Amino acid sequence: MHTNPASPLLQLDGVKIAYGGIQAVKGISLELYKGEMVCLIGANGAGKTTTLNAISGTLGLAGGSIMYDGDDIGTLPTHKRLRKGIALVPEGRGIFTRLTVEENLRMGAYIRNDAAAIDADLERVYTMLPRVKERLAQVAGTLSGGEQQMVAIGRALLSRPKLLLLDEPSMGLAPLVVEKIFEVVQTVKNEGVTILLVEQNANLALEFAQRGYVMESGQLTITGSGRELLADPKVRAAYLGE
Amino acid sequence: MNELVEAIPFLGKRYPKATKWLIIILAAVAPLIAAYFGRSWMRILDFALLYMMLALGLNLVVGFAGLLDLGYIAFYAVGAYTWAFLASPHFGIHMPFWIVLPLGAAFAALAGIMLGFPVLRLRGDYLAIVTLGFGEIVRIFMNNLNHPINITNGPQGINALDSLNLFGWNLSQSIKIGDFQIHYLYLYYYFFLLCVIGSIIFIKRLQISRVGRAWAAMRDDELAAKAIGINTRNMKLLAFALGATFGGVAGGLFGSFQGFVSPESFSLMESIAVLTMVVFGGMGNIAGAVVGALALTALPEILRNIALPVQQAVFGTVILDPEVLRMLLLSLAMILMMLLRPAGLVPAHARYSRPELLKGGA
Repeated sequence: MHTNPASPLLQLDGVKIAYGGIQAVKGISLELYKGEMVCLIGANGAGKTTTLNAISGTLGLAGGSIMYDGDDIGTLPTHKRLRKGIALVPEGRGIFTRLTVEENLRMGAYIRNDAAAIDADLERVYTMLPRVKERLAQVAGTLSGGEQQMVAIGRALLSRPKLLLLDEPSMGLAPLVVEKIFEVVQTVKNEGVTILLVEQNANLALEFAQRGYVMESGQLTITGSGRELLADPKVRAAYLGE
Repeated sequence: MNELVEAIPFLGKRYPKATKWLIIILAAVAPLIAAYFGRSWMRILDFALLYMMLALGLNLVVGFAGLLDLGYIAFYAVGAYTWAFLASPHFGIHMPFWIVLPLGAAFAALAGIMLGFPVLRLRGDYLAIVTLGFGEIVRIFMNNLNHPINITNGPQGINALDSLNLFGWNLSQSIKIGDFQIHYLYLYYYFFLLCVIGSIIFIKRLQISRVGRAWAAMRDDELAAKAIGINTRNMKLLAFALGATFGGVAGGLFGSFQGFVSPESFSLMESIAVLTMVVFGGMGNIAGAVVGALALTALPEILRNIALPVQQAVFGTVILDPEVLRMLLLSLAMILMMLLRPAGLVPAHARYSRPELLKGGA
């Protein structure tokens, strides 16, 4: 498929995350290599979103380390991690509902000030998301769920991420729309962005991703290539409804 | 300005230019009109301008950044007491305004940051409760810091504050040109008007700046704001500090205008009154804050002038104190607002970036 460079782009080692006294993530280790799409699947409350938030820096660590591109980023605030190239598309999309679509996208370039390059990137996003381009002047809160998700992904792309963290992009969307979203994600991946995807829609996620991790009550239990996991009887029983 | 024009029913839509001029002329001749009804009305106008500054400042915090602050009047108090300490016989210090006013603003900003740090993680109701407590703490300090060392002179307040002296030109002395006399209330009015216009211009620039956009994003969705690289901690502190600065300046001007400060001017009810102005006018909107402040300063006074004679005539005695009526009116205004215009008198446009930047059309 593709060759892994020697050192991973992102490496979690024994990461623990706690809310108050309760440990939500109990020492997980995972790594992502450049250009990969990896998915993290698991039931509700397994700690997937928590893990993603810790990687993006919106949550602090209770233990362990996060290495990115050779640096320990475990204590960096979110905006500094974004500058290093880690962008999060939050769960529930988190678009700015009162701004127009174009304003939303431009907000994605908040940390940049190279106007010409931003415009060029916008054009690239528009070709990737033709549906979004038709609605630039519309207030984002009036978009459909799928369109909002696309805006959220487009906005994250405008920060020129190296690593894109996607939190449940399929949440609450019709199956047909979900497929469109995954096509977009695939396009983003083909452009060379490394992707860590959290999904409950395990079937689809494993089809698209090269590798996957299964998370259960704060721990990673099974790992393997997308195909292996799809064929794994335990995974099939627990997450694919068989 | 344009928002204000648009908000005026009928006239604003049909004749925007004429309406704009009408507002400008009205602002210029307002004290002359007020003078016709008596001195007290001119004083009310001056206070309306001070409240405008407060509402503009609070609007930064509540409207732009979405941080509900119920102790805003504390910054007003800090500004006023700074003036009282540094420009009155109380300590025998008489510094010029260009030192005291910026100092008051700086102290207020510092107080804003002091409040901001502990409440960084709080939101909504919890934030409101802590800020409310902060406002009360400041007031109670002012009330009790007369013992063992007399700093604030306690509940009696501080008297005989220096009036505003603009490089030798004392604003509290009427100008006499022959027989013609310009009353000092006019001078204060125009000076305050300049301050308000300056604030509006500054806040307008701020709203469309990176900072303004960051606040707007933070108010909409804090996690998403973080995700696009906004340093939400600094932005919150900046909102508290800048909002407090306006409160501090307004407080200093209040001290110089009134010539007297005491803790009772800075009660919780005042915080709520300013917040009501912001909400009444339209949260997150500069024109809204201005209209709200004007309406809610003038209406209770008008009511007072009507209610007292009416009560005298009907019952032969005053049953409802005007101060009670003021609170009644404020609450009534809020209820009517919620029913009829939930977004405020002048609803905020959801525009934060500069339209000329948008290439897809708006």
